[in-house]
Amino acid sequence: MIAEIGQFALVLALIIAGVQVVVPMVGAARGDGTLMAFGSRMAVAQAVLLILAFAALTHGFVVSDFSLALVFQNSHSLKPMLYKVSGVWGNHEGSMLMWVLILAVYGAAVAVFGRNLPPTLKARVLSVQAMIGVAFLAFIVFTSNPFLRLNPAPPDGTGLNPLLQDPGLAFHPPLLYLGYVGFSMAFSFAVAALIEGRIDAAWGRWVRPWTLAAWVFLTGGIALGSWWAYYELGWGGWWFWDPVENASFMPWLFGTALLHSSIVVEKRDSLKSWTILLAILTFSMSLLGTFLVRSGVLTSVHTFASDPARGIFILMILLVTVGGALSLFAWRAPTIRGGGLFAPVSREGALVLNNMLLTLASATVLLGTLYPLILDAASSGASRVSVGPPYFNATFAPIMVPLVAAMAIGPLLAWKRGNLRAAARKLMLAAAAAIAAIAATFIAVPDGPALAPFAIGLAAWIATGTLVEWSARIKLFAAPAAESWRRLTGLPRAASGMTLAHLGLAIMIAGITGASAWRSELITTLAVGETAQVKNYALTLQAVENGRGPNYNFERGTFLLTDRNGATIVMYPERRFFPVAGQSTTEAAIKTTLMADLYAVLGTSRTTPEGTEQWTVRFFINPMVPWIWLGALVMVGGGLLSLSDRRHRVGAPRRKQQHAPGVSGAPAPAE
Amino acid sequence: MRRILFIIPVVIFAVLIGVLAVLTLQTKDGRDPSLIPSALLGKPAPEFSLPAVAEDIPGGFATADLRGQVTMVNVFASWCVPCLAEHPLISRLAADGLPIYAIDHRDTAVDVAKWLKKNGNPYTAVGFDPNGRVSVEWGVTGVPETFIINADGVVIYKHSGPMTPKVLKDKILPKIREARE
Repeated sequence: MIAEIGQFALVLALIIAGVQVVVPMVGAARGDGTLMAFGSRMAVAQAVLLILAFAALTHGFVVSDFSLALVFQNSHSLKPMLYKVSGVWGNHEGSMLMWVLILAVYGAAVAVFGRNLPPTLKARVLSVQAMIGVAFLAFIVFTSNPFLRLNPAPPDGTGLNPLLQDPGLAFHPPLLYLGYVGFSMAFSFAVAALIEGRIDAAWGRWVRPWTLAAWVFLTGGIALGSWWAYYELGWGGWWFWDPVENASFMPWLFGTALLHSSIVVEKRDSLKSWTILLAILTFSMSLLGTFLVRSGVLTSVHTFASDPARGIFILMILLVTVGGALSLFAWRAPTIRGGGLFAPVSREGALVLNNMLLTLASATVLLGTLYPLILDAASSGASRVSVGPPYFNATFAPIMVPLVAAMAIGPLLAWKRGNLRAAARKLMLAAAAAIAAIAATFIAVPDGPALAPFAIGLAAWIATGTLVEWSARIKLFAAPAAESWRRLTGLPRAASGMTLAHLGLAIMIAGITGASAWRSELITTLAVGETAQVKNYALTLQAVENGRGPNYNFERGTFLLTDRNGATIVMYPERRFFPVAGQSTTEAAIKTTLMADLYAVLGTSRTTPEGTEQWTVRFFINPMVPWIWLGALVMVGGGLLSLSDRRHRVGAPRRKQQHAPGVSGAPAPAE
Repeated sequence: MRRILFIIPVVIFAVLIGVLAVLTLQTKDGRDPSLIPSALLGKPAPEFSLPAVAEDIPGGFATADLRGQVTMVNVFASWCVPCLAEHPLISRLAADGLPIYAIDHRDTAVDVAKWLKKNGNPYTAVGFDPNGRVSVEWGVTGVPETFIINADGVVIYKHSGPMTPKVLKDKILPKIREARE
């Protein structure tokens, strides 16, 4: 009964979304306030109905209602409750339902919080948002119904993929979707503005918090996914340039570019067509990701059990949404008049450079991801290649170097016309820190790759440069402490947010460098009692024992690590076997310190002809890996801080203007 | 002139959609993205020579044995469960007169002899490859794998994983017919 209510709510949401496409759009065209206001009410109704549908499906999973085909396929009565709930979105149908739910919630948020938006813009945004909603709701209702019943109901489910029985999964897809789908807001605002034919500084201000929120979620989601693969899946790495990882990374790169270019729209009323294009492209990348994961055109660890018929449907959605938006762009954007002019060396100039490099980076990732597919299509499957990490490392890293180098300079330049020499003077300290970091790294790790110390130097360069800029603004050490404190409290939170986010990137770069340049790896077979040598450690397999967990059996190895000083660490990696799913998972044993991770994985065993049992053992020393996620966390923190900035609080009265020095003046606040 | 600049994104997008559409339609027609085409396709079978498993099992064969008629080479092992699943299809093909040569991959002589006794031996010859050395020459990535070789000794088809009746009907039998013509 409850599932039927969910089904009904789903279909009703589709109908309401259909009406929401038409009514506010007509209202905006005619200037009819009643029709326009109707859009807001429908956006809220649509979100409520989808919450109901999602709750109904969740109920099915919680009570293990195996008469629902989806529950039968993806759950099991013996599964821990957390994974019953996460099973709701651990499959194609349920995750699509979550997708549209998030889409509708964002729409409703505009309806509720967008009180100070011009009514016509708001109506059009809601209409465009509903167009995306209609497409995906139709997709669910007609090709991926999550409420399909089985008759008779089977006695028990067929389990969830044990790989997915992990807290990391419970939060990683929802966060990713909040990010992916969040970019639909920027898209809807862009299309609405194109229809409206008016893009001004205010538009930049309205679209920015939505983009920022989506960016924060996506950053968190990608980081959590990578953390999950590394710590829980025992893959021994944290990023693989897998097509589906790239599919989440491309919207992130475009979204980051959008975040920066919308500042220029907001502050300087410039770069408008470009920002509109970025907003469209960012969400297009989200849609492309959805297509790649669900259409079955490629294989990846991330793909859902897929169906080409669904692929065609998503492709049609992609064609209409993105094709429509880009055509509208080609038609309307040339009429948008550019605003303020600026010299090449200026804050705007630096942000243009940022945008060019980020776009170039996304383009290389896009090319690397799609090239195998293009070749495949062109040769009808006769030639298949895979593009792996060497391509991405060779193309992506060189683009990041100038981006990161310029990152310390940009915030020090004034709007319109900056003074490079003055900025260089302020960065003397950063240059000194970079040189010191390079020298220190050369001394500490003389045998590593030659470029690694320079990458660490680069991290020191932005970290110091960012802090120099921030302390100059609050006159840290240059003025009495009380004066600095007063300036700090007056500083827009967005400015401190930028500092924090850029610092996060510096930490992450240091982590990435350490993890990829200085990692040591050992793959060997060991019998109980045998010892292998890795770098400074002696690794001994002391014992292997068997046991039972709640819904799995396990084989647990006991490893003794002895370092040169004789200090010991004991590690217990496991292999788990899930009888219901017939699958095994590896639980890596990891010892984390701030400077390095020790990472042990127990593989399969085989008996030698002499009759001794040997285990495959993988052991890694991954220096500085924790810094990657620490950096991501700091970036998320920076995004949240910036999001809490007073001027983003939609509808908040503008008070205390005198404490936000020079919103458009000379020592301009950075973002 | 300025207008053309604004049309570029939609043009690039159209090309992209075209590629994805072709791929999706091919996937719908049974394209399997997980397959990696064998480097051997269209090339002569590699040079190798394999001993027999035991005296009472017909076997031991080399590259030269794969010339003169259309043959099939099947890589299997007694420990491989999917091999057992495709065994009835192999037996049926052999009964229909197709010479099937087997490469016994990383196996022990005792185990494979027992397995062939229990499940029947449809193979024209079984070659014993206990360390997988010859399988490497064939580019084998997993068992079972099946190759079709034409009368000139050229590899014309490779199937990874167990054969199913559908694969047999849609892919393998047409290839054999084609090769025999």
